[in-house]
Amino acid sequence: MIPAPFEYHRPDSVEAAVKLLSDFGDNARVVAGGHSLIPMMKLRMTDFGHLIDLQAISTLKGICIEGRRISIGAMTTQHEIIHHAGLASIAPILREAARQIADPQVRYMGTLGGNVANGDPGNDMPGVMQCLDATFHLSGPGGTREVKAREFYEAAYFTARAEDEILTGVSFDAPAGGQAYMKQKRKIGDYATAAAAVVIAMSGGRCTAASIAMTNLSDTPVWCEAAGAALAGTDLSAAAVEAAVGAMDDAIDPQSDNRGPAEFKRHAAAVVLRRAIEAAAARA
Amino acid sequence: MSKMHIKLTVNGKQEELLAEPRELLIHVLRERLSITGPHIGCETSHCGACTVDMNGKSVKSCTVLAAQANGAEITTIEGLGTPEAPHPVQQAFVDHAGGQCGYCLNGMIIAVAGLLNRSAVPSEADIREALRHHLCRCGAHVEILAAARAAAGLTRGEPA
Repeated sequence: MIPAPFEYHRPDSVEAAVKLLSDFGDNARVVAGGHSLIPMMKLRMTDFGHLIDLQAISTLKGICIEGRRISIGAMTTQHEIIHHAGLASIAPILREAARQIADPQVRYMGTLGGNVANGDPGNDMPGVMQCLDATFHLSGPGGTREVKAREFYEAAYFTARAEDEILTGVSFDAPAGGQAYMKQKRKIGDYATAAAAVVIAMSGGRCTAASIAMTNLSDTPVWCEAAGAALAGTDLSAAAVEAAVGAMDDAIDPQSDNRGPAEFKRHAAAVVLRRAIEAAAARA
Repeated sequence: MSKMHIKLTVNGKQEELLAEPRELLIHVLRERLSITGPHIGCETSHCGACTVDMNGKSVKSCTVLAAQANGAEITTIEGLGTPEAPHPVQQAFVDHAGGQCGYCLNGMIIAVAGLLNRSAVPSEADIREALRHHLCRCGAHVEILAAARAAAGLTRGEPA
């Protein structure tokens, strides 16, 4: 399996990469780690004339923590996220989610930017970013702009990113409270049948705030405000948890496919959400 | 489509060649450099038979473009040892009959060697994580794990 022919570019600055994207329009694609794009190229499911490799742009790499504010460059690999002690201490949900992406070899190449920018509903980090209310940073010919993760995803592979823009990084505040990412998958390396990202803040045995986002249960990640609201102000009783699960079930729209019938996915979604709520509360 | 000038250091040796950007690293290694240790198994990033070490990281060479690898240092199983002087990981796989048909083993062995380079004292869990996505269709995982444990200096595995 060999991709269709293309010209290869390895710019060393965001400006140069944006210039290439502007010059070639929709006949160009950027590649980060390539572990989503290259399989699509091999299957000839995507075809373009110019591949713009971001690996030489050093400003796109790295994890920066200032107080509670966390900024992660788009070319930071899942492996680097897993092994960053500072990040794991204040936002452990990133490590927990990254460890459930594909396998170690893919995580050496696969990047946070590629995972969130691709728009594949099966990717795990978009849901995590929505749960954390992260901000995505975009650079284009007109300069830079920011888009909230909760407003970025429009449909499968369609996002708020314009064709001549590059997603350069993400930023978010370290969440207050316990965090969990629970994923059901058929086998090691698979995309989620259902996954849940949960942050829960507790005070005096009561939940003061909760944020819940689901992965691969619609054509975009689903941040479910009503599910979080169903937990806030409660002592996380079984009735409160089931109210949150019910709100989540109303918000998702799973389709039957090779991961199972839609009814099964709804069941799996409820199971992973209950587990994630329990784990996040225990860690709060 | 124009060809690219590609430089690689493969098993310590400088290699230069002209390749189309779309050529995959596995094809450059096998077909242009006649380094046939990395095997083509699934060709879809799932099986691990094509694993090589690139700049100190275990990667699937079927999912890396040669153009992306331009400038990289690559180690394949050919860079580990010889039949006369096998690498300790290769010797451990011989001692423990780690494998049956052997098709997946070159990927398994380079992955274990990479793990030992990064972590001198890996745990049972580390070994299982490094190998759990490598497929062996003969079902020789028990012997493969025994060989990996022996190479890592673990006498026996604890359940991970």
